[in-house]
Amino acid sequence: MGMTVVEKILARASGRTVARAGEVLEPHVDLAMSHENAALVVNQFLEIFQGTGREARIWDPSKVAIIFDHRVPAESAKTAGNQKKVRAFVAQHAIRKFHDIRGDVGGICHQILPESGYVRPGAVVVGTDSHTTSHGALGAFAFGIGATEMASVWALGVAVNVEVPGTIRVDVSGAFPRMVGPKDLILHLIGTIGAQGANYKVIEFHGDTIRGMSTSGRLVLCNMAVEAGATSGIVPADEETIRYLREEAVVRDAVVPVAPDPDAVYERSIAIDVSSLEPQVACPHTVDNVHPVGAVAGTEIQQVVIGSCTNGRLDDLEVAAGIVRGRTVALATRMLVFPASGKIYRQALEKGLIADFMAAGAVVMNPGCGPCLGVHEGALGDGETALATTNRNFKGRMGNPNARVFLCSPAVAAASALAGAIADPRKGGH
Amino acid sequence: MPAVVLTLADDISTDVIYPGRYMATVLPSETPQWAFADMTEFNAALRSRLIPPGSIIAAGNNFGCGSSREQAVSTLKGHELTIIAWSFARIFMQNAINLGLRLATAPGFTAAVGDEIRMTERAVVNATAGSSFEIVRLPAARQAIIDAGGLIAYTRNRLARPAGTGQ
Repeated sequence: MGMTVVEKILARASGRTVARAGEVLEPHVDLAMSHENAALVVNQFLEIFQGTGREARIWDPSKVAIIFDHRVPAESAKTAGNQKKVRAFVAQHAIRKFHDIRGDVGGICHQILPESGYVRPGAVVVGTDSHTTSHGALGAFAFGIGATEMASVWALGVAVNVEVPGTIRVDVSGAFPRMVGPKDLILHLIGTIGAQGANYKVIEFHGDTIRGMSTSGRLVLCNMAVEAGATSGIVPADEETIRYLREEAVVRDAVVPVAPDPDAVYERSIAIDVSSLEPQVACPHTVDNVHPVGAVAGTEIQQVVIGSCTNGRLDDLEVAAGIVRGRTVALATRMLVFPASGKIYRQALEKGLIADFMAAGAVVMNPGCGPCLGVHEGALGDGETALATTNRNFKGRMGNPNARVFLCSPAVAAASALAGAIADPRKGGH
Repeated sequence: MPAVVLTLADDISTDVIYPGRYMATVLPSETPQWAFADMTEFNAALRSRLIPPGSIIAAGNNFGCGSSREQAVSTLKGHELTIIAWSFARIFMQNAINLGLRLATAPGFTAAVGDEIRMTERAVVNATAGSSFEIVRLPAARQAIIDAGGLIAYTRNRLARPAGTGQ
């Protein structure tokens, strides 16, 4: 009986030849990522050692990554204090994979890890962020954990108590129609299987459409796998993964892809043909409330957000800039653009995309999580409606429980910004 | 006997339990003030200590979905609430075990605010309604963390053990 990709990864990381769904293992961790919530991890980590007479020591500081992205630059004295505390800890423990608030190496954690070459196929990646699932795009097993669990990982180097997840296989075929892409595919999948449809499972992506998709697009799919409840999403590494790591992440050392066995056992298989897929929109207040754009077209919007760990990459910005170039954002609508990293921001500058956005009336912000989680920048007023390329639309998400958030692709977001209302990007001559 | 103080539907996200705008507050000693902050009446009742420790929140499927923020657990633990849900989202459940929040997975559990609840090892009994619901038991490895008193104590014990002495 063969193994899925995640079974293979967990077997290797746990020093075994075989792992099966349902077993509980203690895999060694290859990369342990935190953002500002490292402040809480530090607190819990020090508590583990308190009164033991042992020195508080990280098992392997080279495997710890800390990226400030949730509130950058700090929106309050409290956050600034937390960030200061983390900086001191980083210096004391010689953590080198540290990305402070900077234009050169800074950005959103789920973009910084791949573009810095920190994520490799076959690795076990844990992060104190639910969208850590993103890194499955590079063929790693990557999942979110809490701060106390991360403190335990820092101390022990293993994730205690990991239940090997069952796997749902998704085969994707067909060519995307114009103005339709990975975001529409993942919204469609979440709408089909529901917010709990993959609870405690891994979604393994296959098929010609996936093989032909860039790593940027694969990151969109794996990023949002968690919105169907999945422990993670994963795209088995292939030539594109190696190309990305060599060309975009400048990785020089050996890269070894992990593929599922042909006779791997899946709990469920789903086939999707994207050749007739329409642009999709997730409506308030759950991510699985998904409809084709036509069903909600005309809904007035006061704010458009393009960016985030889901859709703030260069190809996303190119699509959006291509639509707004030479046009004007509706006067009653604010358009906010958040590139996913400093590197992407600089690439967008060189390509003239930032100038396109600003000339159209958009405001381009510094890389970071921005309004997605509603802590600073771009909060909504009572009764306002936002359309965003982000990943969550829960009540209160964009800083106000009395507002609404719709989710969509960069193409839908850009076309809608021009119209001041949800619009189909296939219409209007974009 | 503890009583139900709040009933909730499916898919209650961590943004509802602990809104993102309070995430700069991280310490378990400080997070309880923001529990269900956007449900202003319930939050006010918690803050003014009108809700007795041990009180029960009854929820449907997928309680705690969304972000990995541990504040969503520490804020409930701070008020010594017990959560009974049809099912829990993965990270929330793991965080609850790690921090020692009392919870039970009891599919089909129904209760109204004010119902008195008795919990045994295997079942949740709604004494007011006269109904009983089986509890889905935790895997042994998870129970070990609870038995140790949470993940900090569990990890501390593990560090004290010489390397390679079993798992």
